[in-house]
Amino acid sequence: MKYLKISNWGYSAQRIFIICAFSIIPLALLFTFAYLPVINMFQYSFTDWNGYSKRFDYVGFENYTRIFSDPEYFKVFIVSLYYFVATFVQMGLALYFATILSFKIRGKNFFKGILFFPYLLNGVAIGFIFLFFFKPDGTLDTLMQAVGLGQYTQLWLGNPNIINVSLAGASVWRYMGFNFIIFLGAISSIQKDVYEASDIDGANRWQQFRHIILPSITRILQLNLILAISGAISAFDIPYIMTDGSNGSETFVIQTVHLAFKYGKLGLASAMAVVLLFIVILVTLVQRVTMKGEE
Amino acid sequence: MNVQPFKYTLASIFKYASLILAAFIALVPIVVVLFASLKTNAEYATSSPLAPPANWLNFANYTKAFVDGNMLVGFKNTIIILIISIVGATLTGSMIAYVLDRFKFKGKKIMVAAFLLATLIPSVTTQVATFQIINALDLFNTRWAAIVMYLGTDIIAVYIFLQFLGSISNALDESAMLDGASYFTIYWRIILPLLKPAIVTVIIVKGVNIYNDFYTPFLYMPKTDLQVISTALFKFKGPFGSQWEVISAGIMIAIIPTMIIFLLLQKYIYNGFAQGSVK
Repeated sequence: MKYLKISNWGYSAQRIFIICAFSIIPLALLFTFAYLPVINMFQYSFTDWNGYSKRFDYVGFENYTRIFSDPEYFKVFIVSLYYFVATFVQMGLALYFATILSFKIRGKNFFKGILFFPYLLNGVAIGFIFLFFFKPDGTLDTLMQAVGLGQYTQLWLGNPNIINVSLAGASVWRYMGFNFIIFLGAISSIQKDVYEASDIDGANRWQQFRHIILPSITRILQLNLILAISGAISAFDIPYIMTDGSNGSETFVIQTVHLAFKYGKLGLASAMAVVLLFIVILVTLVQRVTMKGEE
Repeated sequence: MNVQPFKYTLASIFKYASLILAAFIALVPIVVVLFASLKTNAEYATSSPLAPPANWLNFANYTKAFVDGNMLVGFKNTIIILIISIVGATLTGSMIAYVLDRFKFKGKKIMVAAFLLATLIPSVTTQVATFQIINALDLFNTRWAAIVMYLGTDIIAVYIFLQFLGSISNALDESAMLDGASYFTIYWRIILPLLKPAIVTVIIVKGVNIYNDFYTPFLYMPKTDLQVISTALFKFKGPFGSQWEVISAGIMIAIIPTMIIFLLLQKYIYNGFAQGSVK
């Protein structure tokens, strides 16, 4: 028994043992759930597989030509644009609130808690909360009537021209708190004496924001921008739960899920996912390169 | 001469007004659902969504949602998955981080790069292929489907641990080695306890993600016995259709635990998110 204890081995033997033993599970998981799916996805994208039959045929680039020749498949990118624009609104608001709540203000913790809280909520609960919010004679309509804007009420989820604005709005409500708390953390790491020095120099709040806060959090802003872009393209929960992609609210991921699991077009869905993956990687790389250029 | 203080007050009013408006927007959608959940069917039909319930202690909808909506099963499965995934993520994440931070060996750079590169792949894009893997592993419609996926895609935990390990001095390891401690003892007795703040961060960030996730259980565990809170709530869409007072109660049941934990752990939660995001 004594010899079986690793503590009795030499350190070089231990070293090899621990490196192998501690790496094997994480690496196996990483390979199985991060890389293997990508490899398989590429393979599926060249087939006509329906996802369940025993055999499938290779069809070359047929799936890809179909995606790029049928504008129907590209509509989903227009939907992503709504979420993309919403992200800027979200980050702007988050930055504003993070800045004012970084300084002395009454009820700081109360506001901090309330602004962040929506991010912690269950995705399905948020979907339902906003179904209730946007439904005819729901919360929004009632509020608008109460303040005399009754004539502007809409079928918020029934009108294809507005539906994506409504859904992106719900998305801003849900994720603003996340950006807010991240920015707040970044701003709070700025040394206090920098503000004091600038106070003495007579800088106002805007100047402090422009010349102290903004430069100090550029990195975290850029990081959030990257997350925002891939987030906009992979929007799923809210539109799926609320509308199932109807009335022109179908996002890329909803379309992929429908194609693969509802219509058994796994080959085509995989090709779409490959396209999406390339877009996300491309955008991220461009971001990282430009970020490095600035440093 | 009076311009400065006047400007200051105006800015101050704007500041507070914007905060109050934001708090109102953040709260109203939830508060109206709380109101609806306490109304009777007839009351719901006739009253404005903004009107508070007549009886604040009418919990009939809650009982109905909890029982008919099978929410107990949802809570049970959620808790099982949460515990196993979080313990697993803490162990595997800290183990690989320990190896990557403390040892020099061939292939280490490739390993770090492999973990980094994986962050570039949004998991939603590869879901179609992942589904086939889960199927091939015979995990479809078992709790393990969700568990292995929460573990497998867990690169965040590795990052958080790596970041913290960097701040733990190597001298500690060395002095333990002088006392004859094995590498395993060093990991288990020294590193892991010192990683406590990182572990809290991982528990919070992962816990929130798992509790709120809809996609994974929806796709991989459709069996009724295996439903989690998210999927149990999603099912309200069918049978309760337009019974918004019952759906509202279901929504509240799903978010009350979050609310309680948030109120109790506020400080840690803020830190968790601030640390969890800084790579």
